Amino acid sequence: MKKVEKKKIISFGKIFLYIVAIIYAIIALGPFIWTLITSFKPAAETSQMTVDFSKLTLGNYAYIWTKFPFLRWTFNSIFVALVVTGGNMLINSMAGYGLARLNFPGKKAIFLLILAMMMVPGQVVMVPTYMLLAKFGWVDTYKGLTIPFLYSLFNIFLMRQFFLSIPKSLEEAALIDGMGRFGIFFKIAVPLAGPALSTQFILTFAGNWNNFLWPSLLTSNADHYTLPVGLNSFYGQYYSLWNQVSAGVMILTIPTLIIFLLFQKNFIKGISTSGLKD
Amino acid sequence: MKKSGTSTITTLDTLKVKSKRKSTIKNLERREKIDGWLFIAPFVILCIVFFVGPLLVAFMLSFKEYSFLDSNSMFQAKWVGIQNYIDVLKNPTFRKAFWNTTQYSIFVVPIQLVIALGLAVIVNGSIKGKSIFRTVYYIPTQTSAVAVAVMFMFLFKKDGIFNKFISLFGLQTHNFLSEPRFALPVIISMAIWSSVGLYMVIFLAGLQEVPDSIYEAANIDGANKWQTFRFITIPMIKPTIFLNVVVSLIGCFQVYDQAYVVSQGTGGPLDSTMTVVLFLTRTGFREFKMGQASATAFILFAVIFGLTLVQKKFLGEETAM
Repeated sequence: MKKVEKKKIISFGKIFLYIVAIIYAIIALGPFIWTLITSFKPAAETSQMTVDFSKLTLGNYAYIWTKFPFLRWTFNSIFVALVVTGGNMLINSMAGYGLARLNFPGKKAIFLLILAMMMVPGQVVMVPTYMLLAKFGWVDTYKGLTIPFLYSLFNIFLMRQFFLSIPKSLEEAALIDGMGRFGIFFKIAVPLAGPALSTQFILTFAGNWNNFLWPSLLTSNADHYTLPVGLNSFYGQYYSLWNQVSAGVMILTIPTLIIFLLFQKNFIKGISTSGLKD
Repeated sequence: MKKSGTSTITTLDTLKVKSKRKSTIKNLERREKIDGWLFIAPFVILCIVFFVGPLLVAFMLSFKEYSFLDSNSMFQAKWVGIQNYIDVLKNPTFRKAFWNTTQYSIFVVPIQLVIALGLAVIVNGSIKGKSIFRTVYYIPTQTSAVAVAVMFMFLFKKDGIFNKFISLFGLQTHNFLSEPRFALPVIISMAIWSSVGLYMVIFLAGLQEVPDSIYEAANIDGANKWQTFRFITIPMIKPTIFLNVVVSLIGCFQVYDQAYVVSQGTGGPLDSTMTVVLFLTRTGFREFKMGQASATAFILFAVIFGLTLVQKKFLGEETAM
């Protein structure tokens, strides 16, 4: 008799957990779904709380893509995010590998400096970096939006921890066979780094794609905006056209979602196995 | 004679081999030193040009009176000691910004982490479809703060869905974004919504570290669910809690994007969405007071650094990262 009662309590607890889990799922997805629906609504329907499926249209996307520089902004965002992400994956992995595997003078000091610099908020260097880029003539150029952002202290740390966690025996065997360090790095170490690389890819791509502060300072000509800067300026001028603004929100949101969904299996593994442990 | 001759030769040979091996090892070691520097060189160069150098310049500028529009170089600019720091700390807009940022952090950090921990416990348990829930909860984290801000303004506008929803319960509707007392709470809710997923994933990693045997032992000792959570889970994941509190606080003090989009860069209505970083960019890039902007940046740095140390003391020395 008693056993049955206990089981009942557990299942009540479980039902409660499911309810909480589902409610939060609705909270997490609700704003996206509502914005997505609005992005397909014609202007007259925008403030309606109901959805008339027969009237939904792709017109808002076509309109902002042809009448406003959204296409250009999308291209800028893709180009900048790909260059920055590619550069980061190479430079951070190399640095992380060097710090994890090779002995050279100054290594300890550099690692400690990386840890110390991670404490410094990026905004501290904003003013001088802007002045430097202005001096180089890189304001309002792709160079200014990419080159200063080609490395990440956090990701170097992440890659170092990852390379420390994999066994060296394979690399040592290759070294004895006379393979050079760069060969070992590209042919042996990098292929083993899948989970860490996807974590880095997701974090860097999304971080750069979503970045607003730097591109808003570094671009002044509307043709050079990235999507977040462009969406903000579009919203600032046409905030009453909610169906078109919503289409802009979706153009900004969907690419990072796709990338996340493609890589997420490795991502959560990467975060929990290499990212946050020492 | 012959014998000793051979032995001399052998000794010489071994010596040669030994010295050859020694020089190979030396060569390898030298090679490794060079390779080590080659591997970190791209990072070191970028970091010096775009971080270490600017950091030193920012520190110097924070003691100088300098405008970007000045024709003089910044090195010739007037040295004003700690005047910039005094000016910033006395500036009522900065004080308002600092107070807003503090309020924002006081609400965001605990609410966000409690929700994140609760969700992490749920999706770490035995419910079905937990990997789907994990993915769904993480999705808002992937979204641009600009997109989040615009979406929330749409949800919270006067005739938006949120007002329609609360009016179903007879609650009074508000124009949440133009009333100063609501503007900050809306930004707080955006921040919580959009980053709960990140902290959930980090908690999840911490929870998975706790060995099952401890839970089994507690179960045998008759501990109930809450006791197990309070006296086993929480102490076991203390390092993760510390990490999350620090990361969340650091993020909170740097809040910018949402405040910028909501107020279109003004910090309004009535400075109610002015944050420290918004004040910094306004001082630096609209008023061109590079010295005061740099001083603001170092005040921000000092606050973040101080909070990290306090947190470390508070949550215990043994949880050192």
